[in-house]
Amino acid sequence: MSTPSAVKQDTEVKTYREAISDALMEEMDRDEKIFIMGEEIGVWGGTYAVTRGFYDKYGEKRIKDTPISEMVIVGAAVGAAMNGTRPIAEIMTINFAFVAFDAIVNHMAKVRYMFGGQYKVPMVIRTTTGGGRQLGATHSHSPEPIFAHFPGMYVVCPSSPADAKGLLKTSIRDDNPVMFVEHSTLYQTRGDVPTGDFTIPLGKSDIKKAGKDVTIVSYSKMVQISLQAASELEKEGISAEVIDLRCLRPLDMEPVLESFKKTNHCVVVEENWPHFGVGAEVAMQIQEQAFDYMDAPVKRVSQIDVPLPYSRDLEQSALPNPQKVKAAVKEVLNRN
Amino acid sequence: MALTKKQKLDAYKVMWLIRRFEEKCAELYAAGEIGGFLHLYIGQEAIAAAAKYGLREDDNLITAYRDHGLALARDLPPKNVMAEMLGRTTGVSKGKGGSMHLADIHKRFWGGYAVVGGHLPLGAGLALADQYNGEKRATMCLMGDGATNIGYFHESLNLSAVWKLPVVWVVENNEYGMGTAVARASAVTDFTKKGEAYGMPTMKVDGNELIETMEAFKKAADYVRSGKGPYFIEARTYRFRGHSMGDPERYRKPEEIEERRSRDPIELWGAELVEEKVATPEELEKLEKAAEHEVEEAVEFAKASPLPTEEGLYEDVYA
Repeated sequence: MSTPSAVKQDTEVKTYREAISDALMEEMDRDEKIFIMGEEIGVWGGTYAVTRGFYDKYGEKRIKDTPISEMVIVGAAVGAAMNGTRPIAEIMTINFAFVAFDAIVNHMAKVRYMFGGQYKVPMVIRTTTGGGRQLGATHSHSPEPIFAHFPGMYVVCPSSPADAKGLLKTSIRDDNPVMFVEHSTLYQTRGDVPTGDFTIPLGKSDIKKAGKDVTIVSYSKMVQISLQAASELEKEGISAEVIDLRCLRPLDMEPVLESFKKTNHCVVVEENWPHFGVGAEVAMQIQEQAFDYMDAPVKRVSQIDVPLPYSRDLEQSALPNPQKVKAAVKEVLNRN
Repeated sequence: MALTKKQKLDAYKVMWLIRRFEEKCAELYAAGEIGGFLHLYIGQEAIAAAAKYGLREDDNLITAYRDHGLALARDLPPKNVMAEMLGRTTGVSKGKGGSMHLADIHKRFWGGYAVVGGHLPLGAGLALADQYNGEKRATMCLMGDGATNIGYFHESLNLSAVWKLPVVWVVENNEYGMGTAVARASAVTDFTKKGEAYGMPTMKVDGNELIETMEAFKKAADYVRSGKGPYFIEARTYRFRGHSMGDPERYRKPEEIEERRSRDPIELWGAELVEEKVATPEELEKLEKAAEHEVEEAVEFAKASPLPTEEGLYEDVYA
């Protein structure tokens, strides 16, 4: 288990935004081959204010404002990564990553394999995901699992400030392309973050809360929803173990299987739609690798299967929440 | 810039090497020894030879899926290129790329790419890295006429101009994007206007004329290396064969192809060499035979090379 608390290091309370910003700055100070390119990241300071102050500190050579051109933002980062730099390409929101889908899956993820291992593509796409902000159907996607479908790249989805910092630093140092997916409604959340250099390996799921009755598997913001549900369940005498996948690729199922062999029950909580999502993959692996330990079918809590609507309460009703997680847990435990 | 006598003869030979290589590929494809798609460069050889002599060895070259000609002109060993065609471990991409994905990082030949226009931003990125690292290097990014209609083209040209990236954009206008004639697909048929739209200098050349094309490439490469920004060249040419091997060619008449064959780039260059008394027809024939021999050797090497095994399947997915 590699929780931040296990690391002997001074910590301070930071927001998710500050943790990401610190990671970027520390890495840029460490390695001059790193530069950032994206829409409104420089003079504006980043639409989520993550790169505020960077333009003044590093100048326009390393902080590159781009035109609104997602295809070339990603594609040029791939070419630049192949040719001796370490670009961080920011896609303002993951909704716009669809515009660059070809560049991501056909080139970022494949040039290494397709040319027999001649190239390394040490780049990161930083982007934001998630619904719940009344932005309507086109600006509220949570499509991380789609990107995790493709071999050749990694998909990292931090749920806390500490994880955001540690995982981003590792992503930047990795020689493979990483899609680093931040959650747009987590930027203001606070948590203890180790100061200075601090990394978390990719592909290590993390037990965010220990428990013995049921295994809740989640990632990104849904970990916070799951923890809230788990804390309420605790008062009702149900002990839930909450596992944060942290990365959808590489996917670390070991802690999930270990936990499941103990609890024999599992609920997957994901913000994306149910079809072909994280729940589908996790449930498949559980039945493949821990079939004899199953006491009940794996259940998933996800966004309901409609495009997200605008109206506030209506949108919220379509998203997972702690009540839905609790209900699912009780259902798999037959405790209704 | 003037070519030395040796370079003039080498250029002739490399054009024949490409021609014979492509003819052999067609043969092997028909025999079922080459799989997938196969796009031949026959008719466009002068452009590849022009890139060979118009660029410096440490400049970058990147292109689309009709990539055999440029790979050979860039001195990727014909043996390893043929081995890639036959899916062997000795192939330039270890048998994982195939005809459309030839590359050699050591020759700064960054590859053939099979999604139309998809490599244009990569070309911009190669140039961006050189600019960032202070390398005085040109990137030449070639594409077919069809690529000028896709979004990648516009985003890449625009960014290259805004950031003054050292890229030479080259449209190999062979008059058809698959089977669709240029005028049926592009609102403007003078492609230099598309380059001008992004505020960069442009040139139009006869891509079947080696020297004219090479001089344009050299001028453009010198320009972009000096830091003034990108350059755009339209090289007019014609492919004598179908788009790929499965092309029924309903979109053009045999007479049209016949007529265009009268301006075969290799014959044009050969005639010039004879006229300038650089070589006799007999000497030229020897070069043609030498190229043919090299292709035969390449096939022998490829056929004798091992096929990849399943253990290698998982290699090179990640660094």
